[in-house]
Amino acid sequence: MIAVRVQAGDFEPGAELAAVAPGDHGVGGVASFIGLVRDFGPGSAMTLEHYPGMTERQLQAIAEDAARRWPLSGVRIVHRFGRLVPGDRIVFAAAASAHRKAAFGACEFLVDWLKTKAPFWKLEESGGQRAWVEAKDSDDAAAERWSR
Amino acid sequence: MKLVYFAWLKERIGVAEEDVSPPAGVDTVVKLLEWLRGRGPNYALALSNPAVIRVAVNLEYRKGDWPVRPGDEVAIFPPVTGG
Repeated sequence: MIAVRVQAGDFEPGAELAAVAPGDHGVGGVASFIGLVRDFGPGSAMTLEHYPGMTERQLQAIAEDAARRWPLSGVRIVHRFGRLVPGDRIVFAAAASAHRKAAFGACEFLVDWLKTKAPFWKLEESGGQRAWVEAKDSDDAAAERWSR
Repeated sequence: MKLVYFAWLKERIGVAEEDVSPPAGVDTVVKLLEWLRGRGPNYALALSNPAVIRVAVNLEYRKGDWPVRPGDEVAIFPPVTGG
């Protein structure tokens, strides 16, 4: 079961976890990741812009790719957009499988790939300054190791 | 053809989206970018470094040789930074 969602509002982590593979007793474990906004200075905040339409499509493709690589019972991705402040949740990614290795591996894959494929852009504000976050080579490298 | 821009590319160009009708020979991603650079200093500046430009045609990532046609939606944006 694959589910992806893009929304401005917050999500409830417990409810999202419970919805990854509900009622599937073949599931032995669910691995999840939650990304949060870090405090990066006084008055810090960030605004996430995205490309409606393409974002959902890319997240769906990433989830389907994970389901091809690991034996999964469920994949779930929720990504927020709009203005967020330190401590706010940005993203939820989870994978359910019969065994933990597949769940952990798939979850890490989801996050690595969505950081380099999903069309989101972060604009950071701090101390009256604003700057678009630059893509990191380390994120590309993290995603690239799944291609080897 | 509909063009859409995001993040700092949108700010440098000065519009979020626009409808354009490039001349007949402008039929690939790379030719479209070249044609856009000639439309004004804001385009030339925004599109000056190909290493930080990504393109999607009809919602899928595409490289330079990919064909672009009337009716396509072409998105031009910097490397993504979500997650």
